[in-house]
Amino acid sequence: MAVIAAKHTSEAELIDRLRRGDEAAFTWLVDTYSPSLKRLALAFVSVDAVAEEVVQETWLAVLTGIGRFEGRSSVKTWLFKILTNRAKTRGAREKRTVPFSELEPEDRDVPAVSPDRFLPPDHPNFPGHWSTPPHPWSGVAEQAAVQRETIEVLRRGLESLPRSQRVVVTLRDVHGWPAHEVCAALALSEANQRVLLHRGRSRLRSTLEIYFAEDM
Amino acid sequence: MAPISDTDWLMNKDDDTLQEMACQELVEVITEYLEGTLPESDRVRFEAHLATCAGCREYLEQMRVLIRLSGSLTGKSIEPGTRDSLLRAFRRWRDAPTGL
Repeated sequence: MAVIAAKHTSEAELIDRLRRGDEAAFTWLVDTYSPSLKRLALAFVSVDAVAEEVVQETWLAVLTGIGRFEGRSSVKTWLFKILTNRAKTRGAREKRTVPFSELEPEDRDVPAVSPDRFLPPDHPNFPGHWSTPPHPWSGVAEQAAVQRETIEVLRRGLESLPRSQRVVVTLRDVHGWPAHEVCAALALSEANQRVLLHRGRSRLRSTLEIYFAEDM
Repeated sequence: MAPISDTDWLMNKDDDTLQEMACQELVEVITEYLEGTLPESDRVRFEAHLATCAGCREYLEQMRVLIRLSGSLTGKSIEPGTRDSLLRAFRRWRDAPTGL
């Protein structure tokens, strides 16, 4: 069986080999991209077994659609778009989900930081300024000794975000999609995309702050 | 909307002093700041506030660290059974591309 060395294989060549039925090419794609696809699927559907199915459906769609892939986007972008569409359909079938274009109550009007962390609006000198400033952790979070555990805390925090926030933060910050692509994929207005990103990030920051305050 | 001069926004209508951004406002517009969508006048107030507030500088840095850490979240492996069934599907497709 041919060994595929990622760095030396262009995507066009990979797709070409896949079209010709090269199993090694397919295996390489599946092994390389499935973990990212599953992470993204879990943002939409939250149940592990359903996420597996969505990843599986994505690969089957790749096989049936490989003839239509024109190489105008990267393979990864193409895969993620297929998955996003599948996952949205799947998520919509699960009860209690609302379209992304509508913000749920938990997505709006929740302060980024609890009001009791600030001086009251009628404070004579410093209304709205920190009364309890952020517990400082930005300097330590990325140190090798703690980074692995920090990321684990972050992963759990992400998984417990409300669905719309979780999807937007996953697409934007985990997978690095630009805002306009997230808006297009989820049929979200720019403003709502930003609200969801803001709420999600603010919550995650707070999760990390609590973790570091307990830990130090 | 009438164009505003470069300094109009700096002034409180009441007392002609610099209208400072409070920390509580900063934490709510921080995503717009990072996205580059904060209106220019607010961006200047934002940065003026940062210059004088260590708490908000830490807050902003925490957001940046958070975004970097999020980018390093790894994927989640699929089950071996899912992988096997995909490879079987691939062989079916290869052998009869129209009847997956």
